[in-house]
Amino acid sequence: MAVLLIAEHNNKELRPFTLNAATAASQIDSDVHAVIIGQNSADAAKQLSELPVVKKVLSVEGAHYENFTAENFAPVVVKLAENYSHIICSANTFGKNLMPRIAAHLDTSQISDIIKVISSDTFVRPIYAGNAFATVKSNDAKKCVTIRPTSFDPCESSGGSAPIEKIDAGEEFSNTKFVKREEIKSDRPELGTARIVVSGGRGMQSGDNFKLITEIADKLGAAIGASRAAVDAGYISNDHQVGQTGKVVVPDLYIAVGISGAIQHLAGMKESKVIVAINKDGEAPIFSVADYGLEADLFEALPQFMEELNKLNTIQK
Amino acid sequence: MKILVAVKRVIDYNVQIRVKEDGTGVVTDNVKMSTNPPDDNAIEEAVKIKEAGKASEVVAVTVGEEKAQETVRKALAVGADRGIHVKVDGILEPLAVSKILQKIVDKEKPDLVFMGKQAIDDDCNQTGQMLSALLNWPQATFASKIDVKDNKLEVTREIDEGLETIEINVPAIVTCDLRLNEPRYASLPNIMKAKKKPIEEIAASDLGVDVSPRLEQLKVEEPPKRKAGIKVANVAELVQKLKNEAKVI
Repeated sequence: MAVLLIAEHNNKELRPFTLNAATAASQIDSDVHAVIIGQNSADAAKQLSELPVVKKVLSVEGAHYENFTAENFAPVVVKLAENYSHIICSANTFGKNLMPRIAAHLDTSQISDIIKVISSDTFVRPIYAGNAFATVKSNDAKKCVTIRPTSFDPCESSGGSAPIEKIDAGEEFSNTKFVKREEIKSDRPELGTARIVVSGGRGMQSGDNFKLITEIADKLGAAIGASRAAVDAGYISNDHQVGQTGKVVVPDLYIAVGISGAIQHLAGMKESKVIVAINKDGEAPIFSVADYGLEADLFEALPQFMEELNKLNTIQK
Repeated sequence: MKILVAVKRVIDYNVQIRVKEDGTGVVTDNVKMSTNPPDDNAIEEAVKIKEAGKASEVVAVTVGEEKAQETVRKALAVGADRGIHVKVDGILEPLAVSKILQKIVDKEKPDLVFMGKQAIDDDCNQTGQMLSALLNWPQATFASKIDVKDNKLEVTREIDEGLETIEINVPAIVTCDLRLNEPRYASLPNIMKAKKKPIEEIAASDLGVDVSPRLEQLKVEEPPKRKAGIKVANVAELVQKLKNEAKVI
């Protein structure tokens, strides 16, 4: 039986983690079909059909799908599920919101946030904020799996030409109404996919001081992250939060500035390839995961860091 | 309006997790346990709504072993009116918990069910959404702001792209984010008073729900350790290392 990937998109184009989820899907079974549910989403459906790992695209259109409401999406997937062994989606807020609703309707125990496919029924997933890895085997006939996007490489995005089949829309769920979405627009790379992330914590002391981070991020072409403490203190908006309850990032370089390294923050960044910690408290737990630790006052260190970067002839982007 | 709040007992968020040597799980003996942090936010929000005169009763429910009742008692100490403890031992998956909660909802007929968005032990992030599916109710997950308006709620949700606002008709499920509010501490007089508040005990077996796990946990292991890093003396050395040793800038 084929596996069904649920595409995440914004009605115009695929969102990047769909490609990571497609890779995970193809590791479970080579016969991957993908469903795209939206409104005026033909361009995104075409993009989906061009992923070489996708063998067939199912497109469902309707005005009530414009805002990705789980109550409208779940019945569509549940109806399609009889033909599939697995339903797969990213474990970001889109998939976290949607997949359990599907799993409950199918009476199947969902496997959340997997980081590795062992076989078609066995997966590895982090528990306790990544402080332990559990290997779990599902005994359900149908398996609902969400995947941690940063643990799977994105699949090729061109070269495929899967057929696109149109599917009838389902009914609208009338008790949930979308009101508005406030997206934070930025010219920077997305936090979840950036090659370099520079993050600030409570040590930044104010929102204004984040400009020290911004300058460096601009210079490095990096995304800006933050600890929960910095977000809670109102220094920066929540979409920058890295951690167990925020985003999980795996950049080539993660620079933690004024972040002590609470368990819940480490859960979101400790798989990064190279970690730098700048903190004036030499005992801060962040140093235990840092490849390069600098014990220093960040208000002196960050301007110096900028100066040193300016001295370099070239900077990788 | 009646609000049911589900709470879970988990290893305290400050405890350093240790994996058992035999790979069967994590060490829980003699480890500090607490209410799952976002469940505290769920209780706080329900109590605030009641204090604002918009709810008549707040009922706290937990599903789990004998000691799980501590979490209900704590909820009573910060303002819940009464408690329910559904007793069941062993591993419970979110699907089983949501089926049990469905039975409690059938019995209690609340207008709203609140709970934390995710438990910090299994990190599943499923129960609220599963319960709303079983009840065919609207769901507002990852809530960071709730406005109660007659028979509707306007809820701001934290999503990857920023914030989303939705309007849902009651009855409804809300799963709470840590930023929803600042949970209060229980005062000593309120802890004493909470001891007199009623907690109904129900055996899960009496609810007619199959709670047997569908997933086999084959092993639990420690994540690979990072190799120890070094301390650099100054910024110039740091930048040189990043450029020439790690080759990341």
